[in-house]
Amino acid sequence: MTTLASILLDGVAYGMILFMISVGLTVTMGLMRVVNLAHGGFAMLGGAFTHWAMMSAGLPFPLAALAALIAVVILSVPMERVFYRPIYKMGELPQVLATIGITFLMIASVNYAMGSSLLSIPLPKVMSGAVDLGFRTLPTHRLYVLGAGVLVIVGLFVLIERTRFGIRLRAAVDHPGTAACLGIDTGRIFSLTFALGAGLAALGGILGAELLPIDAYYPLRYMILFLTVVAVGGMGSVAGSFVAALALGILDTAARYLFPEVGTIFFYLAMIVMLGLRPQGLLGRA
Amino acid sequence: MTKPTMGPALAAAVALVLAGTAGADTIKVGVVAPFSGPFAMYGKQFKDAIDVYVAEHGTKAGDHEVQFIYKDTGGPNPDTAKSVTQELLVKDGVNYLAGYTFTPNALAVAPLVDQAQVPTVIFNAATSIITTKSPYFVRTSFTTPQVAGPLADWAIAQGIKTVVTSVTDYGPGIDAEKGFVKEFEAKGGKIVDSIRMPIATSDFSPFMQRIKAAAPNALFTFIPAGPPAFAFVKSYSDNGLSAAGVQFLGTGDLDEETTLQGLGDAALGIHTSFPYSVAHESAMNTQFKADLAKVDPGAVANFASVGAYDGTEALYRMIAAGGTDGDAGLKAVLGASWESPRGPVSIDPKTHHITENMYIRVVAKDDKGQLINKEIETIKDVPDLGLVSK
Repeated sequence: MTTLASILLDGVAYGMILFMISVGLTVTMGLMRVVNLAHGGFAMLGGAFTHWAMMSAGLPFPLAALAALIAVVILSVPMERVFYRPIYKMGELPQVLATIGITFLMIASVNYAMGSSLLSIPLPKVMSGAVDLGFRTLPTHRLYVLGAGVLVIVGLFVLIERTRFGIRLRAAVDHPGTAACLGIDTGRIFSLTFALGAGLAALGGILGAELLPIDAYYPLRYMILFLTVVAVGGMGSVAGSFVAALALGILDTAARYLFPEVGTIFFYLAMIVMLGLRPQGLLGRA
Repeated sequence: MTKPTMGPALAAAVALVLAGTAGADTIKVGVVAPFSGPFAMYGKQFKDAIDVYVAEHGTKAGDHEVQFIYKDTGGPNPDTAKSVTQELLVKDGVNYLAGYTFTPNALAVAPLVDQAQVPTVIFNAATSIITTKSPYFVRTSFTTPQVAGPLADWAIAQGIKTVVTSVTDYGPGIDAEKGFVKEFEAKGGKIVDSIRMPIATSDFSPFMQRIKAAAPNALFTFIPAGPPAFAFVKSYSDNGLSAAGVQFLGTGDLDEETTLQGLGDAALGIHTSFPYSVAHESAMNTQFKADLAKVDPGAVANFASVGAYDGTEALYRMIAAGGTDGDAGLKAVLGASWESPRGPVSIDPKTHHITENMYIRVVAKDDKGQLINKEIETIKDVPDLGLVSK
């Protein structure tokens, strides 16, 4: 019984971190239909800027995180204009090649500027330590991630389903030509959405750094994690990513509790079975 | 694997080149290491340490001018290691080889080294068997059993009776587990549980809960430095194992100095064993750190630095004694002993591996608030326990 509760608790906590680091990719890859393998790069930049702001500029964690988030969003606008505009029009394979090129650029830049060692993000007192749940303890940090995850999913739902911006975005994605004829500035919509994706990536990078610490090779090291969550969840479905992240988190955690010797195979097996049964993903539209 | 015709051809080529360089009396040393990619740290540490040694001792070993030629392997890449080594031997005509960060890279060049009869100083690769693969190998780093054994002895002396081992599920992790368990059980300790963690683990909470439930006196771990070590140490601290009375014992790989600050306060109080701590108190180490700061300001020394620094000492001794005659050079270094920044060291003539002190260290803060590996106990003159039992 305690084991079961522990599996659920750790699984949900881990799943929430998976969701936070992947949700930005759901936005760029799922909604905008661009295979953005550089997603992890934006997450890393968020973490690297936070590290720099805390260590060199001496800002406290919340301010440093906010500044890093804004910096990544601002940086993403010219990047979208210069690099991604031509990429939108490419086929899937050229998109993969182009965005992996961007990933290498980001890795090399961070490696050059900050070195290849760990870029730590020390948490403030209120977020570190553990809370006692009676039968066991849980790191306090996970509660914050849980809260942030719920805020993000509710916020995205409202933004995409309930606002004028969301309607325009869906229109622009479904048929850019028609949307433009109706007076929607599709270029601006894409810019804003891309910036939103980059910002979410940065937020995930910063909040997930306790489990997936930031260093120059972050974008490549965790690329498969992001892609798995988005693929299993279904392209473009924020709710799908959420369900997939939690399910994979719980499954992976259960495997670690019960059969550590078989390793991470459950995670990938689940992905294979899932995509075999539903190639469009859990909640994806065919 | 090796084409039958390659051996004599290679030997002939090397002989030709050797004859060509003998008159000029510049001895060339090829250094093979990763200088790019995720493991570029090793290449940088090696080159810095060689530069420090050259700055201190000059470019001449005895009567011979020494020249270093660097080649990149990009990481654990046996094919590349083999081809760049062959290039060094045939095209550059090197008289000595050095470097080699990863076990597969070192194993891949053993046949080449044998055929060319070129003494090769291994700066890092830490699997015991490497030095048995060619009589021309000499190693100045450490092996995993050499580190794990003394830690088990120390644990027993501290009154630790039960341990859960929790290692990363790959070669070095399993070596460390075996090294620790063998020594710990021989001294009457009890292993309560042995966990092998998948290499791609990022959330260690499940393992920590399992260890906590087993309630041992301590956990023993081997985990590679960088992101996995960070997450593991963090998980140990967040899951309250320290408060539950489970001590943390590990090999010093996990808190080596280039990544130590990144571990943060969660690492305070953990115990590790290793041959070198940057905080080692000796005049030689102070000098070494000062000279390193001159060669590369801002550089942090670590185990790879001293592996290369002592490796360069071995190279200079061989070159001074043998010049182009590798066999004479090799003879001069076997059994030699000297003072290193890590303490007294010697080369075991039987295993060709370095005999050195092991230090039990605790992670603490220095007066500037930086994390350091503070040495609290010394186990003297430990040979490679993987090959020699005490």
